[in-house]
Amino acid sequence: MSNAVFIKQHFGHAEKNNYLNVSKGWKSWAFTLDHKRIGVMYLIGITTALLLAGVFALVLRSELFIPGKMFLTEAQYNRMFTLHGAIMVFSFIIPSIPAALGNFVLPMMLGAKDVAFPRMNLMSFYLWVIGTFFLVVAMLTNSLDTGWTFYTPYSIRTSTGVVAATFGTFVLGFSSIFTGLNFLVTVNTMRAPGMTWFKMPLFVWGIYATAIIQVLATPILGITLLLLIAERVLQIGIFDPKYGGDPVLFQHFFWFYSHPAVYIMILPGMGIISDLMAVYCRKKIFGYSFIAFSSVAIAILGFLVWGHHMFTSGQSEVVTLIFSAITFSVAIPSAVKVFNWLATMYKGCISLVTPMLYAMSFIFLFGIGGLTGLFLGALRTDIHLHDTYFVVAHFHYVMVGGTLTALFGGLYHWWPKMFGRMYNELWGRIGCLLVFIGFNLTFFPQFVMGSRGMARRYARYDPEFQIFHQWSTVGALILGAGIVIAIATLVHAVFRGKLCGGNPFGAASLEWQSSSPPSFHNFDHKIVLNDPYDFDSQIYDPDLDSYVQRSFTVPGQEPVPGKPQTV
Amino acid sequence: MTSEHGDHHDDHEHGEFIAHHFESAEQQFDAGKLGIWAFLVTEVLFFTGLFCAYVLYRFHHPEIFVQAHHFLDKILGGGNTIVLLFSSLTMALAVRASQLGQNRTVATMVLVTMVCASIFLGVKAVEYSHKWDIGIFVRAHFSLDESHHPKGISPYLTMISIIPLILLFVFGAMALLYRFTNSLFRAAFWGGMTLMVAGYFIGAIGGYFYMKVGGGDAHSTAGKVIEHHDDHADGHDPGDDHAQESASESQPAGGAHDHETRDLHHDIGIFFSIYYCMTGLHAIHVVGGIVALAWIFYRSLLGHWRSDYFGPVDYVGLYWHLVDLIWIFLFPLLYLIN
Amino acid sequence: MLKIPVSLLAQAEDLPIPEYQWGDYFFPVQAAEGAAENDFLFWAILWISTLFFVLIVVLMLYFAWKYRRRPGHEKALPSSSHNTSLEIIWSVIPSIILVWIFYAGANGYFQSRVAPESAEDIWVTAQQFSWTFTYADGDSTPSELHLVVNRPVKFTMESRDVLHSFFIPAFRQKQDIVPGRYTYTWVKPTKIGTFRLYCAEYCGDNHSLMIANVTVHATEEDRKAATKWDWDLYAQTDPVKNGQRLFQLNCAGCHKIDGQRSTGPPLNGIWGKQEPVLSGTRLVDEEYIRESILNPNAEIVSGYTTPSQMQSFDGKLNDDQIMWLIFYIKSLADK
Repeated sequence: MSNAVFIKQHFGHAEKNNYLNVSKGWKSWAFTLDHKRIGVMYLIGITTALLLAGVFALVLRSELFIPGKMFLTEAQYNRMFTLHGAIMVFSFIIPSIPAALGNFVLPMMLGAKDVAFPRMNLMSFYLWVIGTFFLVVAMLTNSLDTGWTFYTPYSIRTSTGVVAATFGTFVLGFSSIFTGLNFLVTVNTMRAPGMTWFKMPLFVWGIYATAIIQVLATPILGITLLLLIAERVLQIGIFDPKYGGDPVLFQHFFWFYSHPAVYIMILPGMGIISDLMAVYCRKKIFGYSFIAFSSVAIAILGFLVWGHHMFTSGQSEVVTLIFSAITFSVAIPSAVKVFNWLATMYKGCISLVTPMLYAMSFIFLFGIGGLTGLFLGALRTDIHLHDTYFVVAHFHYVMVGGTLTALFGGLYHWWPKMFGRMYNELWGRIGCLLVFIGFNLTFFPQFVMGSRGMARRYARYDPEFQIFHQWSTVGALILGAGIVIAIATLVHAVFRGKLCGGNPFGAASLEWQSSSPPSFHNFDHKIVLNDPYDFDSQIYDPDLDSYVQRSFTVPGQEPVPGKPQTV
Repeated sequence: MTSEHGDHHDDHEHGEFIAHHFESAEQQFDAGKLGIWAFLVTEVLFFTGLFCAYVLYRFHHPEIFVQAHHFLDKILGGGNTIVLLFSSLTMALAVRASQLGQNRTVATMVLVTMVCASIFLGVKAVEYSHKWDIGIFVRAHFSLDESHHPKGISPYLTMISIIPLILLFVFGAMALLYRFTNSLFRAAFWGGMTLMVAGYFIGAIGGYFYMKVGGGDAHSTAGKVIEHHDDHADGHDPGDDHAQESASESQPAGGAHDHETRDLHHDIGIFFSIYYCMTGLHAIHVVGGIVALAWIFYRSLLGHWRSDYFGPVDYVGLYWHLVDLIWIFLFPLLYLIN
Repeated sequence: MLKIPVSLLAQAEDLPIPEYQWGDYFFPVQAAEGAAENDFLFWAILWISTLFFVLIVVLMLYFAWKYRRRPGHEKALPSSSHNTSLEIIWSVIPSIILVWIFYAGANGYFQSRVAPESAEDIWVTAQQFSWTFTYADGDSTPSELHLVVNRPVKFTMESRDVLHSFFIPAFRQKQDIVPGRYTYTWVKPTKIGTFRLYCAEYCGDNHSLMIANVTVHATEEDRKAATKWDWDLYAQTDPVKNGQRLFQLNCAGCHKIDGQRSTGPPLNGIWGKQEPVLSGTRLVDEEYIRESILNPNAEIVSGYTTPSQMQSFDGKLNDDQIMWLIFYIKSLADK
């Protein structure tokens, strides 16, 4: 086999015999153990959840356009924000990056054929389906109006479908544990020979830190939700003050999971951004080991700060003080990551393509989200800002501005790998721009009205807040349009996009040493390890319009500089 | 429970039991081992939530924990502890035998482990049903009335025993069926299952006669301890309690201090809420353990274990030791207060 | 602009929306001690954050333009991927700033938590979806809190059902109210005027309507005039008003007067009609209302929980008060 044919087969576009068409029929998908197919199924699932919960968001934002009633009663409004929150958090954000992108990319990045426990992986997906199904059933039958936090004793008193929703969340928790456990073991035991810990791309470090949290924190959520169900069904009196129980204990249990869960949401996003920065600046990431260790540090510190959600709950002052102090300590590693990304851009060779634009908007939005956390970590200001729109804006800047932009950036980056086709650059950028503008317009006014005293979860409000709500509603519509365009551009690429080779961006991590889309076994040749940020190791091949790892090119051939990407 | 376990090991249809995505048997074993350890960590954390609730309520109401534990029978609890410890020993022997490839020994030892697990559940059923008989339920339904103790076999015990009884007949019938169609392997498997379920009845019948003969001791002393509260308990049906509760709700803190005796009585219910949550969750894990052990038993009969492939026995063994360990913590925390 | 929802009528018909008083851009007016400290800390963090944020964004945009990929610039320029002293500097400097923010926040927090000895006591009762305030002299006001300027107040707060939170933006003060225990907070108002008090912890359907007005008076006499209710006078002139007042203080949390179902059945438009109860129907007359107040379990309206969630008012309301309540419910017959 001549070298050119070999390269075309293993580094080019794979029309036949890729993981998508190696077997056919719905059963070959429903019972697949292939991490790539499971990743794609997860992707479809979480996108559905995103759109569903997004519709709820638009409905409730529309209702808030005027202070009085427009078209929702108070009770209906409460159901809207509850379902928006519960589905977004439990069915979308928590599984989004690890279970969809992580599933697809992580084993390939390690040079493995699959995750350690493929059947457990598939089961995780089906548990996701079952859990989401229960949430939707709760929504359709008796609805749910507790807020996504299920605070007792209201969640014990309300007549809505708390048991079904709680059970769904419990199942989703197991889905998350299985994903985390799988990745934990995969990273520890499935690395290709020679793939040492510090040769792993930073996305893997992000997922690894996330997996630790998923395994250690989610069981606490599980037992909490079981106790809540028992409380509702049997009145066991652990959380119900009517029987001598302690409602604040529920808050402690809940946030012991749900604060680390914030890092489940953001750490994989930070991992993606680190990799995007390196690839699109064509430069080794600045401070690799710091970023790697800071992910793990954030994961561990993240377990010690749950009480900062409860500064006004009536917990003791000393406890409050300690939680505030530890909270500030988490801020440092996050801030330094941002500096590292900036330093990576310095003297780089920056392609302002869609993934890079998402990465830059991540820095902008996550910057605001992180810095506004300081107002909430400081005790005096938190007393005023707690449970106002300031908090709402803060966590949306982190979760949507952070996680969702990172997810889109990652999707645009790995899309050619996943489906072998290139997205439309122009529409990709338009989507990114609309998301950025719409997002800021939606949530920035919420900081102002929050600190002016607008409490959260209010179906009606005083007239002085109206102008901010109106900006926010308009922004939400733009944001919605941006997300739809971003998704539509990706979907369009799957069917109509230009065919592309194995490594169109010249990235150096292992998943790109394969055809696009990859074959069933990921790599049908012997992979060659190189530093994941050594972009000189990839050589542009004009025949493929794609890059090839240096070792596979003809010996003695001079490296051809890469084709400039459109700017 | 089992399916999680099943997933720790890969498809044994692939030659030599090594799944296609593993490079070597060693890698597969390491992955499985790390996986089961991580899984055990999640299990421990799952119980940790309950231990936290326990610590908190014991810290706030130490007196009711002292009062309530008199209702738990130390002999039954202690007996169960010994049964579980013994089952851990046989499980360890099974793991050792699997490493040596002695499949027959593995099968025997796993079978003994399963029977012990069933005995444990049988005794637990006697303990639960006895409490339900005299109205010891979770907090809101707690209505202690010792005169309600039934003469013959507790109706609750009968109800709980229906499922094991059905299983006993089904498994026994399967064993006989295969015995007479000469499928000796299957007959052995279902025979083992029948023995396993029989363990439940050993535990239940033993516990029943113990309660009949000497078991009165535990709760009659308890009766004395809380005698002076009984007049509050008697004659209140649960609905009545509700009404009173919601009435006293209007002044929460006042209600908490005005009438000490009634509060003690009501808060004993919280102890039993925690007791039922902890032991119930543990019992579910025992049932899960039995299913996993049955799978090991099945594969032992097929002779799957070799010195280079014994991971599943090892993993299930670790899980079983954890279930045992949790009980070792639960027993003193619940039964041996003071 | 705001049309007050009918369901609020019981609390809100006397509850006008106070004119919003501006403070600095991010805040309402500073109307209590501690508000200035809070705002100072907020602005300090804001300026520090802005400094860092602008630095980050400007550098990012500058690098993105300067080092953009273009003909002639096809490769990253040689530069270090690691610089220990730089990394230490950008970790340590923010750390020092954070220590200050933590210290300032904690300091202000303790001031906002510890009430002075001289503070007067006011009792706050929160229930879905109304507030009741009881003063040291025994007066109670529903949905209106009356304070005296420059006089510190300690609030002892209890909830009758679920979590609530006591939040006065103009005072920059907030504290959750937890059923089954008391929680405390305090304020020292420094400005005369009327401000909003919101429930900030989600508490159910009408959470967003659980609002009260806080009026800060110049003198104790003004306050007394506002909180005092002349029962005897109204008993002579307009006993329905007494009934309405009693209703707001005792009943409005569970009974609506706009036909909406709540914890208990609505009480408008039922007078003189047949009400479906568990044992059949029952004519709503003086006898039935009196019986329901004294023994809520006697005849429970169909579709509501058994036993009744309602406490008995036997011994808490005297015959005159029950009569006034009956007058009031009678006056709602056509609503």
